[in-house]
Parts: sequence; structure tokens; C-alpha cells
Amino acid sequence: MTAYLFLIIGAVLVNNIVLVQILGLCPFMGVSKKLETAFGMSVATTFVLTLATGSCFIIDHYLLLPFGFEYLRTLAFIVTIAAVVQLTEMVIARTSPVLQQTLGIYLPLITTNCAVLGVPLINISHRHDFVESLLFGMASAIGFSLVLLLFAGIRERVEAADVPRPFKGSAITMITAGLMSLAFMGFAGLNR
Amino acid sequence: MEILVAISVMALGALVLGSAIGYAAIRFKVEGDPVVEKINAILPQTQCGQCSYPGCKPYAEAIARGEAEINLCPPGGDEGVHQLSELLGREYKPLAEESQTEKKASVALIDEADCIGCTLCIQACPVDAILGAAKQMHTVIIPLCTGCELCIAPCPVDCIAMKPLPETPENWEWPYPQIDKSPDAATHAPMPTAAADIQ
Amino acid sequence: MSKKKLFSFLGGIKLAHRKEYSSEKAIAPLPMPKKLILPLRQSAGSLPAPIVQVGEKVNKGQCLAAAEGWISASLHAPTSGTIRDIGDYPIAHPSGLVAPCIVIEADGEDAWGERQPLLEHADSERLDPETVQRYLQSMGVVGMGGAVFPSHVKLSKAPGVPLETLIVNGAECEPFITCDDRLMRERAAEIVSGIIFLAELLEAKESVVAIEDNKPEAAAAMRAALAARLEATANHIRVVVIPAVYPAGSLKQLIYTLTGKRAPAGVLPPQLGVQCFNTATVYAIWQAVARGEPVISRIVTVTGNVGRPGNLEVPLGASVADVLQYAEARPESDGCLVGGPMMGFLLPDYDAPIGKGANCLIARSPQFFPHKAPESPCIRCTNCAQACPQGLLPYEMYWWSRARDFAKAERHNLQECIECGCCSYVCPSSIPLVQYFRFAKDALRTAATKKEMADQARERFEFRQFRAEREKTERTQKLAQAAKQQSAKLAAENANAAPAEDLDETRKQALIAAAIERVAGERAKVGCDEGANATEAALAPNHGNSA
Repeated sequence: MTAYLFLIIGAVLVNNIVLVQILGLCPFMGVSKKLETAFGMSVATTFVLTLATGSCFIIDHYLLLPFGFEYLRTLAFIVTIAAVVQLTEMVIARTSPVLQQTLGIYLPLITTNCAVLGVPLINISHRHDFVESLLFGMASAIGFSLVLLLFAGIRERVEAADVPRPFKGSAITMITAGLMSLAFMGFAGLNR
Repeated sequence: MEILVAISVMALGALVLGSAIGYAAIRFKVEGDPVVEKINAILPQTQCGQCSYPGCKPYAEAIARGEAEINLCPPGGDEGVHQLSELLGREYKPLAEESQTEKKASVALIDEADCIGCTLCIQACPVDAILGAAKQMHTVIIPLCTGCELCIAPCPVDCIAMKPLPETPENWEWPYPQIDKSPDAATHAPMPTAAADIQ
Repeated sequence: MSKKKLFSFLGGIKLAHRKEYSSEKAIAPLPMPKKLILPLRQSAGSLPAPIVQVGEKVNKGQCLAAAEGWISASLHAPTSGTIRDIGDYPIAHPSGLVAPCIVIEADGEDAWGERQPLLEHADSERLDPETVQRYLQSMGVVGMGGAVFPSHVKLSKAPGVPLETLIVNGAECEPFITCDDRLMRERAAEIVSGIIFLAELLEAKESVVAIEDNKPEAAAAMRAALAARLEATANHIRVVVIPAVYPAGSLKQLIYTLTGKRAPAGVLPPQLGVQCFNTATVYAIWQAVARGEPVISRIVTVTGNVGRPGNLEVPLGASVADVLQYAEARPESDGCLVGGPMMGFLLPDYDAPIGKGANCLIARSPQFFPHKAPESPCIRCTNCAQACPQGLLPYEMYWWSRARDFAKAERHNLQECIECGCCSYVCPSSIPLVQYFRFAKDALRTAATKKEMADQARERFEFRQFRAEREKTERTQKLAQAAKQQSAKLAAENANAAPAEDLDETRKQALIAAAIERVAGERAKVGCDEGANATEAALAPNHGNSA
């Protein structure tokens, strides 16, 4: 049980997928302008990432490994993720059209979100079993959601602040992200 | 041999996933487009046609289909474009050049002396804000007028003019606070004193 | 009379009272000016409609404009004279804009017209509340504390909620102002009569006169006046001295101080079993019901940088300049505040008239109002949050108001702000917080109006399209019917049988009846008279064309 707990804490805070592993920066920068959009993106990513890790594990274990097709892993994973994203988009389009509109191009972009491909691959390199894979996928997604929401909150406030002109827009966003990354490095201290 | 197995395994996987998606496409079919309503709610409903669409709803539909830019609505102003860009997650654009002139809120006013009672303006008004009958003088119901100017062109005697709405204590807004660097600079009318005027 | 515990509200600030300049000056009448300008807007709600003509002679107390709708109050002539003009003049408003006014030239006789006090004409001992409400509306009684909300509206009780506490607000918590203080000291008997009248009318279980502890003389005068009346004890009327913490006299804070009840947003005091009237309003109510005198003057404290500070009984419509001249305002003053120093505004035009809500004029000078340092950035010290009597976070509301992100400001309960000015007063960065909140509130209000208008326009546009569609189908139906009838007629003529024609006639009648019914049904569905009328009007030309 404690092993699972450490796995989750490690994935959410210590090895945060965005700020420490530097994966999935595209949506992190792109969809963090408004808290509501960021929330939608977080939910979508969490859903996709958890599903993707699960299905990728199954594909890997029952399709690729038995036949010795490890070299097809990346290809197979991308196809799987694409299908899962497509599914998510359909569900969202049905349940929340505004969310779909606000997510705009970012929802299909989850397909090429390196975090979503990265997590299943990390799972394999860490030799996680199915439950660990799922947990790790979900925890990574929660870590992604956490920093995305924090960042969106900060950006909303910064938007209203008197930022010196040369720093307006992307510049201050980058600086903020850098500072957040530094802060998250501090969680490495949890690891004794 | 191994290549064939690999191809068939991948094909099988693709088939399974494809059929799942196909099923979802039927199961989660979206009927209508609820976004149109949300867009329409932001548009100012002047029905003026300055966006080149015949009314606000058609423009909203065009935006939802992705055919129209979000910056074609001068009555909605900059504020409206911002709201649309927020709703749709599209990049904000300043008002399109041909519709750049953001006008003061105004209403149509019929010069009742010149009106010949032709009813052309009544037929042009998209919100039924003009009252009158054939050969009778017409008048604009001011609170209902959206200021779309559609009644001006049809008038054969040019008796309709736009009149800006006056600023009254009721619709006046407190201004954005000025950062007052020198409070002494504020000029005031001289204090009325007993010596100043005894009438 | 039981001593009850007082509740102390969150926040609030202690201010220098500054009442000593005018508190010992007895109420004196302002000499009647030659010209009076009476803005129609003297109360919240809808404007009253003028019922006099230019050139007409009016008596003192004669009705000039009659209330329109329920939330509205009438306006009366403060003196006898001639109506000179009905038009736009600058009014006492921070915008300095003009508004419709009635101008009276005083004839100097100050002759009263006929007065009909309600209490003299009342048939029975117990008055019907609705009669009193209509009477007070026709007498133009509004809240004299500054909010100018029509008082008769406040006499309606919430259904099913008995009135536990009737509060008479004599707190007068803003610095400088002494008009209620003087009124209570000098005219306590009338105020007490008014309280008894209201308490009996509203069947209040108890009544409380709330007076801040910096006005012991007023409290003593009110206590003495209450002791002199037997009905006061019977109705459980008492004076309660409350601590002088600004804004103790603000409605929500006063209700909490006295009863411990908190009114959430959108809940009116009667729903909590509480109602609150200003002392000056109670006095005005009594003047109306007992003497038949409408509200035609009010007591105005004039203070600050003036030679003769005092409390003047000013006829409505006298200009601020008249009052300032009488009080010998010093020429070096830099502006005049209407209302108190915390919530009042700087008057843009001295010719603006005194209205029913103007309780105080303060000639401004650096001696009384030292210049504040220029605004500097917010340091998030949270002094404002500690001072806010409404428990809001002014620094957050400021942050979003300043960035014009009004939705977020509203999410921090901007609309709960009572604009008391505590936050601006304590701000170490001299940020005019209240100004930002007023700016944001007005922007939100404008946006709401625009939205409402857009919704209305959309509805009308969609109805117009629906109507065009309906007309088209109706026309085609009519044509088809006419063709059918034509062929039927031809067939009948061919048969040349009289009974068949009769049958045709009855069928036609039935068709017409059905059509009328259908149209009536559709009218009912549309539901609004306005739409139906406009439809009729717009239909007319089409009939003309088709004819």
C-alpha cells in the first residue's frame, strides 16, 4: 500500500511530469490563459492519460510482448492514444459543447501531447504492473492538472498586474513557469 | 513471416479501435449546435447586418461553423470581440477595418413633420420598433430601438436621422479613477461667497 | 424595558467626530431664495409626472408632480410662487449632468395651500396601512438619510413575518453631520409621536431609537420625550446608545448591532422582522400625517470651511450656492462636499439645488481635508479587509476592478459593497478603492442593461420572423380557400339549388369564426400587449398593400 502511495506522491510532486520531466509543455503554455479552459484541459488530459496508460499496458503485454514486437511499441501506442483521444472528444462534444469549443485545437493536440506518450513508455521502462501503470498514469495526470491549474491561476492574476512592457505576454509567462519549476524542484527534498 | 504477423496484429488492433470509435460516433452523436445559442447571447441583437449576415443568429451560426471571423460586429464593440474570443478560445482580433468605427449608442428619430407615412421604414425595422400606419405619421418607440440604421436607407424623404442617446444622471457611469499625482491641480469654480453676489 | 446585549459588527473604523463645529447651533431657517429649482428625481424609483403648467401660480405645499407607479413619490412646492420653467437644469449629482426640473419663482408670501392632515380626517382610530401608504406617497415622504427610498414602500410588511423591531436610525455615524442630532434635540416630541404612530401602524413588538454615544444630549432629549408619553411604554419604545464606530448607522450594520440579525444579499429587512427609518424620515412622516405638510424642506448641516457653520432648514430647490452664501463660505475653500466626508461626493456645480437626500454640505479646505498622498501600488497589507464592515476583501475587488475584469470582481461580492469608504480611509497606499468599486459597479450595471436590451431585441426579432412566416402561410391558406369557395360557388350555381347556397354560407361563417379564434389564440400565446399592439401596427400597412 505504501508503495502505491509513494508512487502517487512521486508522480504528482517529486517527478512532476511538466515541471520536472518537462513533458507536455505545449498545453501547459497554450491552455493556461484562463482557469476554466485549464480546468477543462486538466479533466480531458486526466481522462485520456489514465485510459491511455491502461490500454497501452494491455496492448504492450498481450499483443506486443508475446509476439516480440517491442520495436512497434511507439507506433502501437500512438495509434492507441489517438483512438482514445478521438473517443474523449466525442464524449465531450456530447456532454459539454462549450468545453469542446474552448478546448478547440488542444483536444486533438492531446494526441501528440508528449506527456501522454511519455507516461506509458516510462511505465514500461520502470516495469510497472497493470495497477501501478494505471496509478502512475493517473497520478501523472493529476500532477499535470495541478500545475496547469496553479499556472492558470497565476497567469490570470498576472494578466491584471502592471507588468513592465518588455515582459508583457509570453515573456512573463516563461519567467513564471521557470519560477514554478524551481519551486517544484524543492519537492525532491521529500526523497530524503 | 514475422512481418506478416506484425502487420496482421497491427491491423487487428486498428480494426478493434476503429470499430470502437465508429460505435462512439453513433452513440454520442451531437444534435444541433448548442454553441450557436451561446454566441448569439453575446451578440448585441441589433440585427443590423453590418457583419454581412442577415441578422445576429445567422452570424452566430457562421461563427460556430468557423466560417466567419469573430470581429465583424461593430455594435458589439471591442468588448463583444473579447467575449467571443473567450468563449470560443479563438485569438482576439481588433474589429475588422471596414467595421472599425465603433459608434456611440444612438436611436433613430423620425422627423414627424416630413414623414409621408409610406411604411417603408416599418417594414425595414427588424425589431418592430416603429409605430405607424399607411398615410399616417410614423414614430420610433425609443426604448425598443437598437440603433441598427436599417430604416434610414428605405426612407424616400430622408426624414430619419440617428440621434445619440443623451447622458443622464441615471445612465452616467463613474469614471475610471484617475491617478491623481497633484491633487492641487484640480480646479474648482470659485466658492460662492456672500460678498460675491448679492442679488 | 429590558437591557439587551448589543452586537458589534466586524470591521468599521473610529473616526474623529468633527461634529463640534455645528452641533451647538440651533436649527435656523434659510431665508427663502428668489428662485427654487426642484429636480423631479427626488426619490429612488420612477420619476413623478409634472401636473403643473409653466406660468401657473402655486401655493406652498401644492403638488407639482404626482407619483408614477408604486416606487415613486410626489413633489410639492416649497413656497408659493409662479412656475417659471419645466426643463433641464444641473442637479446635485457627481456627474454634474442636467436633469428635468421644475423652476419656481417665489412670490415672497410663502402662503400655504389647503392642508389635509390624515389624522384629522381619519374616521376610525385604527388606520388602514394602505391608506397611510398612499397618503405618504402623495406627501412625497422619502428616506431623508440620503438613500431617498420612498418611505411608504417600507411600510409594507413581509407576508407572514411579524415586525419584531422597528429601528429609528439616529446614529448619524458620518463625521461633521449634525442635522439629525439637532432634530432630535429640538423636535424630540414630534419624532416620538411619529415613532408611536409607526409602531402602532406596523404593530411593532418593540421600537428602538439608536443613537451613537457621541450624542448624549440627543439621547437625553429623546428619553425625556419618550418618558412624557404613556404610549411609548405601552409600545416598548426605548433609546439605545450604540458605540460610535463608523459605519454604525449603515442599515445592515445597525440591524446587526441591535438585533444580531444578518441580512444576506437580496433579503430585505422586513423578511427578518426588522424595519428601519431615519429620524428625519420619522419626523417627516409625522409632519405629513399630523399637520398635512408634505416634504418641502429639510435640515442641512453646513460646515467645514465656512464662517457660520450651522444647521439650516432649507426649502427644497434652494441652490447649494444660496446655502453656502448664507453660511459665509470662505473663498479659499476648494470645493463643496454633498453628504458626509466618507460617502458624499464633490459637487461639480454650485447652482445645483438641495434635494430631499442632501443632509450635509461641507466646504472643503486643506485645513479639514489634508491632501492625501498620490495613489501608489497595493501592497496587500489587508488593512482594507480588516476595516470592511461587510466582511469583503477590498484588495481583491480592487485588483480585478482595476484590470476591468468585472466578472471576477463580482465573484468577490462587489455588489455587497456599501461604499462606506472605510477601505479607502485606511489604505496606506492612498488607493481610492471606493471609486474603483463604483466604477466597476456602474460598468456591470451598464452591461446588464445592454444584455437586457439585447434579449428584448432578439425576442422581438424572432417574433417578427415568426409573424412573417405565419402571414405567409395564412395568405396561401386564404388563397386556397378562396379558390375552393370559388369552385364550390360555381358548382352551386350549376346545381342552382337554394339550400346548397345556405349550407355554403353557414360553412363560411364557421370558417371565419375559426380563423378569429385561431388569431385570438395566437395573441394569447404571445402574451404581451406591447408585442400585440406593435404587431397590429405593423400589420396595418400590409393590409393596405394587399388591398
